[in-house]
Amino acid sequence: MIAWSGITAQVIEVVLALLLAPLLTGWVNQCRAWLQNKSGPGLLRPYKTLQKLFAKDAVIASNASPLFRTTPYIVFGCMSLAAAIVPTLGTDLPFSAAADAIALVGLFALARVFISLAAMDIGTAFGTLGARREMMIGFLAEPALLMVLFTASLISQSTSLATIVERLAHMKLGIFPSLAFAGVAFTMVSLAENARIPIDNPATHLELTMIHEAMVLEYSSRHLALIEWASALKLFVYSCIGIAIFFPFGIAEGGDPLGLLYALPTLIFKLAIGGFLLALIEMISAKLRIFRAPEFLGAAFMLAVLALLIHELLET
Amino acid sequence: MSISALPTILLLTCAWLALGVAGVVAPRHLRFVAKILFPASALFGIALAAVALSAAPAAPEEIVLPLGLPDLPFHFRLDALSAFFLSVLGTISAGVSTFAAGYLRKGEGTPPGLQCLYYHVFLASMALVLVADDAYAFMVMWETMAVSSFFLVTSDHRSAEIRRAGFLYLLVAHVGALSILLCFGVLQGGAGDYTFAAMRGQSLAPFWATVAFLLSLVGFGAKAGILPLHVWLPEAHPAAPSPVSALMSAVMLKTAIYGLLRVTFDLLHTQVWWWGVLALAIGLLTALFGVIFSAVQSDMKRLLAYSSIENIGFIVVGFGLAVTFQAYAMSSLAALALTAMLYHCVNHAYFKSLLFLCTGSVLHATRERALGKLGGLIHKMPWVAWLALVGTLAIAGLPPLNGFASEWLLLQAFLFTPGLPDGYLNMLIPVAAAAVALAAALSGYVMVKFYGVIFLGQPREEKLAEAHDAGIWERVGLTWLAAGCVLLGVLPVQVISFLDHVTKPLVGETLAQTARSGSWLFLAPINPDRASYSPMLLLAGIAVATAVIWIAVRRLYHGRVRRAPPWDCGFPLQTPRMQDTAEGFGQPVRQVFEPFFRMTRELPSPFDAAPRYRVVVEDHFWHWCYLPVARVVEKLTGVVTLLQRGRISVYLTYSFVTLLLLLLFVR
Repeated sequence: MIAWSGITAQVIEVVLALLLAPLLTGWVNQCRAWLQNKSGPGLLRPYKTLQKLFAKDAVIASNASPLFRTTPYIVFGCMSLAAAIVPTLGTDLPFSAAADAIALVGLFALARVFISLAAMDIGTAFGTLGARREMMIGFLAEPALLMVLFTASLISQSTSLATIVERLAHMKLGIFPSLAFAGVAFTMVSLAENARIPIDNPATHLELTMIHEAMVLEYSSRHLALIEWASALKLFVYSCIGIAIFFPFGIAEGGDPLGLLYALPTLIFKLAIGGFLLALIEMISAKLRIFRAPEFLGAAFMLAVLALLIHELLET
Repeated sequence: MSISALPTILLLTCAWLALGVAGVVAPRHLRFVAKILFPASALFGIALAAVALSAAPAAPEEIVLPLGLPDLPFHFRLDALSAFFLSVLGTISAGVSTFAAGYLRKGEGTPPGLQCLYYHVFLASMALVLVADDAYAFMVMWETMAVSSFFLVTSDHRSAEIRRAGFLYLLVAHVGALSILLCFGVLQGGAGDYTFAAMRGQSLAPFWATVAFLLSLVGFGAKAGILPLHVWLPEAHPAAPSPVSALMSAVMLKTAIYGLLRVTFDLLHTQVWWWGVLALAIGLLTALFGVIFSAVQSDMKRLLAYSSIENIGFIVVGFGLAVTFQAYAMSSLAALALTAMLYHCVNHAYFKSLLFLCTGSVLHATRERALGKLGGLIHKMPWVAWLALVGTLAIAGLPPLNGFASEWLLLQAFLFTPGLPDGYLNMLIPVAAAAVALAAALSGYVMVKFYGVIFLGQPREEKLAEAHDAGIWERVGLTWLAAGCVLLGVLPVQVISFLDHVTKPLVGETLAQTARSGSWLFLAPINPDRASYSPMLLLAGIAVATAVIWIAVRRLYHGRVRRAPPWDCGFPLQTPRMQDTAEGFGQPVRQVFEPFFRMTRELPSPFDAAPRYRVVVEDHFWHWCYLPVARVVEKLTGVVTLLQRGRISVYLTYSFVTLLLLLLFVR
């Protein structure tokens, strides 16, 4: 039987992810502003934006189909489910038995396919352009992400994220060169998947360079709020995957609520550092032309495959 | 019940044949053929599937019918492997026949009654291929299947393009058949007994076993469409009427997989590891090649045909893994790979037939096959569009639908390869897993293109405003198949416990104990600590999360909506031509995977007043393998034509010389 403590932990983690995700986005934006010598919009800006968007009237294109209107809810649902699978505070997650690392990649793909379809639904030039580019990034990034997760699961003999994290947390640091390669690959994939520089620019509406923003151009009010929130959640989940696989120490094992409480400051600390590094990467790199994106992601894919091979060569 | 399963199946195939003959009685009577014969055929299909499903756990049955040549009776045998493929045939044909009841039209080439005959001969021959138990019966049924499907492909025979496609199909089918025949010749091992029972009894020398395996790989590969024998597939599938494309892609390709399994795991006893590696490599190439080509297609049925090549690639990858594991006597892992592969067979059958039928509805509603002239059909054809969405998500390998379940199992099988005793294999196979992941991700790209361009956006042509939704028969057929996609996706544990009956006799091991160790809810091959997956919970999770958000947003805020023209960054003019075309959507793939294509581009100069941009994408294999052979054959025939002078005196001289020579010999 599933223990109640597990379910409590599960619920706490999802709620925490939902609440903290906009804060992480706010933190990244704030760090970037600081690095650019600006005063910045403030940490709580994303919450205020969400509040504002939810209160507005929705404006929908006259030829939008029901698919367009349901997509924000589905995407948000997928992302909150992903947050339920990834161990953030503790590894005792009953729901993570329902979906392992491969299913997590599938869940991200599901959200991506829906949002791309919704982008094509209105039939504007930007929407289809965004959908095409997003799917291109997707087919390049997805196998790389899968290979990173494969490396971790070959080391820990499991594809269940909770088990991976548990086992990696108990291993000594620094004896896995494969994880180093995988870590670089994962960083590159995360940048691409979360629409960050150098692949995409979350702050731009300059037509020819945008990907994610081009897809969601037609959304407004609550739909846009859900999509923005889902993107924040995606960034949060990706950060947590990175933390869980590469820096798992400090995570709670077992469903003890007190353990979760101790794990929280560690998580926030790690996220803060991760967010700052993300802002730094965005600061020091220039956006690539879209035609260069395959090279960037191809490199990530190759690094991830190398990680697998190195694991086979050196670590077995 | 189980004792009479095989006779029942034979009776049901006879019933199918009878329906076909009934069609010929009134070939132009559309209502009789479409509204009576095809629904009856669907019922027989369901009955066939039910019998096969109930017979799978039972012991094999055999029967000998004194048909055929005097000394060569037909042997039939029903075992779990046959039963599995028969159940796929039965359920798919039920959906397709129901759809066809609403799809058939007069004035599309062959009259409906004749189409009905070919269609049912095709169905019956596929069923009999699956139960044939000697080489003779197998080849007769195999050829009947090829010929009847040839007639179906060339239904609209007034078009030269379709006749050419039919010819190519027939040609490749016969090259394959020849190879299968030779394979059986090797398998009987000089004993002269061509029953499968005798072949099972033979123990071939390793060399001859290898020859038999390679011949079967070529022969069945030609039917399945593995590289480089795939060229007929993208020609024949678009040419055929949609129900036929659906059946060919969903079931006929699987009979080839059946043959491959039958020969490799049943008739041959020992497997060699490099057979598996070879199959794995070919499968990977096929999968990648298929999906990359399918991304650049601009004809919706060709796109699906290439996607079939991709899925066959996945299936062959699973087959290769199973052979390798089995060769190293790792039976439970072989069972895992085999299960993944069989699972993918049935999954592909469901979603591909669903999508082919959807293209049929679109074709009838719009008279258009080119993606560049479609668009926005979700408004005009909501039934077809929403059901196609199920198929699209399933084929893109997204959880919780069925395509994901089998891909998940396949990737799990890959994750176990480090246990192999060979060091090189250990290193190579993870790279193969990377290629599988790439192909799977690309298929998502392809399906977004397929669905987005056909059903979403603005209509690209004015005539699309008159498109109508599918009729009631078509909706029922599509719903049946879509329901299959969902059920196969959310009930993997139940599917696998059925597949165990198939894997047990083939590799001597099942996933049963381990797969069900958690509960009926969790799929956990090998052990739950290692990996588990529960699509049911996942589906429930997505549904609950989505619903909660929806209600919460409505409650806390409001549901007000205003409709307005699209914004599009404020651009005032928006025409349907400003959307991505199918070619435009394929452009990133053309660019990233350029070496895969043989492209000829025509670029206008900057000063061209009426610029034209043209790109022709061709298949390298066509130029590497087929055209050289065709040129050689043409040259040889040129030599032979020297004999033909067209003058009777010359021919009389030939006869005279021949007679003289014969006399010389006889004396």
